[in-house]
Amino acid sequence: MEIFLQQLINGLVQGSVYALVALGYTMVYGILGLINFAHGEVVMVGAMVALMSINAMLGSAFPPAIILPVALFAAIFACMLLGYSIERIAYRPLRHAPRLAPLITAIGVSIVLQTLAMIIWGREYHAFPQLFPNQSHNFGGAVINDVQLAIIIIALLVMSMLMLLVHRTRLGRAMRAVAENQSAAILMGININQVISITFMLGSALAAIAGIMVSANYGVVHYYMGFMLGLKAFTAAVLGGIGNLRGAMLGGVLLGLIESLGAGYIGTLTGGFMGSNYQDAFAFLVLIGVLIFRPSGLLGERVADRA
Amino acid sequence: MSRLLFTLVSAAFVFNLAACNKADRASSAENGNDLLVRIGAAAPLTGPQAHIGKDNENGTRMAIDDANTKGIMIGGKKVHFELLSEDDQTDPKIATIVAQKLVDAKVNGVIGHLNSGTSIPASRIYSDNGIPQISPSATAVNYTAQGFKTAFRVMANDSQQGKVLGEFAVKNLGAKNIAVIDDRTAYGQGLAEEFIKSAKANGAQIVAHEYTTDKAVDFSAVLTSIKSKKPDLLFFGGMDPQGVPMVKQMKSLGLAAKFMMGDGGYTPKMPELAGDAANDMYASLPGVPLEKMPNGPDFKKRYEEKFKQEIQLYAPYCYDATNVMIAAMQKAGSADPAKYLPELAKLTFDGVTSKITFDEKGDLKGGAVTLYQVQNGKWVPIETLGMSGK
Repeated sequence: MEIFLQQLINGLVQGSVYALVALGYTMVYGILGLINFAHGEVVMVGAMVALMSINAMLGSAFPPAIILPVALFAAIFACMLLGYSIERIAYRPLRHAPRLAPLITAIGVSIVLQTLAMIIWGREYHAFPQLFPNQSHNFGGAVINDVQLAIIIIALLVMSMLMLLVHRTRLGRAMRAVAENQSAAILMGININQVISITFMLGSALAAIAGIMVSANYGVVHYYMGFMLGLKAFTAAVLGGIGNLRGAMLGGVLLGLIESLGAGYIGTLTGGFMGSNYQDAFAFLVLIGVLIFRPSGLLGERVADRA
Repeated sequence: MSRLLFTLVSAAFVFNLAACNKADRASSAENGNDLLVRIGAAAPLTGPQAHIGKDNENGTRMAIDDANTKGIMIGGKKVHFELLSEDDQTDPKIATIVAQKLVDAKVNGVIGHLNSGTSIPASRIYSDNGIPQISPSATAVNYTAQGFKTAFRVMANDSQQGKVLGEFAVKNLGAKNIAVIDDRTAYGQGLAEEFIKSAKANGAQIVAHEYTTDKAVDFSAVLTSIKSKKPDLLFFGGMDPQGVPMVKQMKSLGLAAKFMMGDGGYTPKMPELAGDAANDMYASLPGVPLEKMPNGPDFKKRYEEKFKQEIQLYAPYCYDATNVMIAAMQKAGSADPAKYLPELAKLTFDGVTSKITFDEKGDLKGGAVTLYQVQNGKWVPIETLGMSGK
């Protein structure tokens, strides 16, 4: 039982991170119909910037309680700027091009960012300093530490704030309008360029938060870290129904749980026939299964409630 | 899908580069009395293992720069060595493309690849074209067991390493219930299998065998399931990008077992990044400790002066591999692969890492294996085994 509980916790932690990153994919897709493959790299840049600011302040007299928020804001600011520039430089000129062009551009941006990060921060792994003592709590036989608790709580908090923003504010209404019909939105006096820029910046801010979470949890930062995470989060977004905000959150948490329970139990379930090496295959099997019965994902609708 | 596109794009890119190279190759073949010898180097220069790959390239570069400064003569001609360094991205598919590219560029020999998973598919291409390949670090048994006359390595293989690790785990550390994780690469899987064989032969029980990949960072799920089997030792067949988060997650889950890796874990990054979590962990490295190598301390000093960074892992082996190749060319009086290959096979060479001679398969004769432990954040050699040979 405690093993099961532990696997649930593992899955929830992993899933919260996936969900935050998946939101970035789904917001952009909802508005532009574009899969922004460079989003994983934004996560990495967030982690790198946070690491740089922490290291710059670590020698000074500032207490950790100030360093962390400052690093967080530096990372969010840098990522918002990056997200804005990516959209402005790479995607806006292609907005009316055939769909394949922005897709290839997205992959190109991802490679460029990765290589730039490699040149700036080097090939080696950087240690992400531990600012606060990270205590483990025993929870019915399962172990959860402070960082993991913080990940789950912050992810929940940020996601509810985003929901409020999209469904309760003027800006949110404008975003939903652009998602539904761009030309109609223009006629209603919405500045769609501005709305699209803000969407990219919001998604990038979430990516920055996710980047710090991942690096605090694993204690390691590397220029390559965004690639795999980006792919997984994209999968999560598709699983939940890409373009749908609740879907991205549900998909992220589900994917985390599937992976962790899959890796933990697949060996016993199949009597040793399949081992934990099928962890990823198992996650994709579930994805395929869902897509067969619900081609637009778990919460996706044909006329999606896109944001 | 992005994976596929990514591979396609990078493949197209590599082919494109190869095509460009053909044009300028003809012009720089041999000018005047100087003989131009091209040495290819292949290692991952991007991706999770880029730091180790760059270290390999540095080792080879240092040997080549040294040879150029010394002004080596081959067959009465002054030689200029040139390094062609390629990025195989730790990917077996890219490795074959890179190998073909080096062959097309008419290299006289290849130092590489870093990983077993890339060295093995690439070795067929080098063999088909008769180009000698010395891998500094591919330790999988299969690499030299394919019967290729061109494949050599300057490091003990996994059957030697796995045997020593298994024996050490059971006899010296008293492990009875052992859990194993491997990263499903040719190296990780091969080493894990040899380790299991040896541990079982020494009377231990394998209570769990779990798997991961060489790109994963989260192991909490497999570690949780291993925790329920209550092992007293966990062995991981893989490299340090996985080893660091694995040992940290192991400690944070409260899995109280000793942690052990093969040569892939013996890097300065391991204790540096994992911090306290890595304390008391074990890893092995074929060969004797650098401090005890005949020219080890001198090499370390020169390397750090030249590249302004610590040796990561295999740089001394790359340095030796390159020098062995050059020595064979000198002995044969020719840089022609067909002429110096027989000399390479029967050469005896005093390298930085050890005395190097190859057996009939191309394996290093009498490779020693040293076990290291992290003590107070530093790797400390504890025992060297297997000096007498196989």
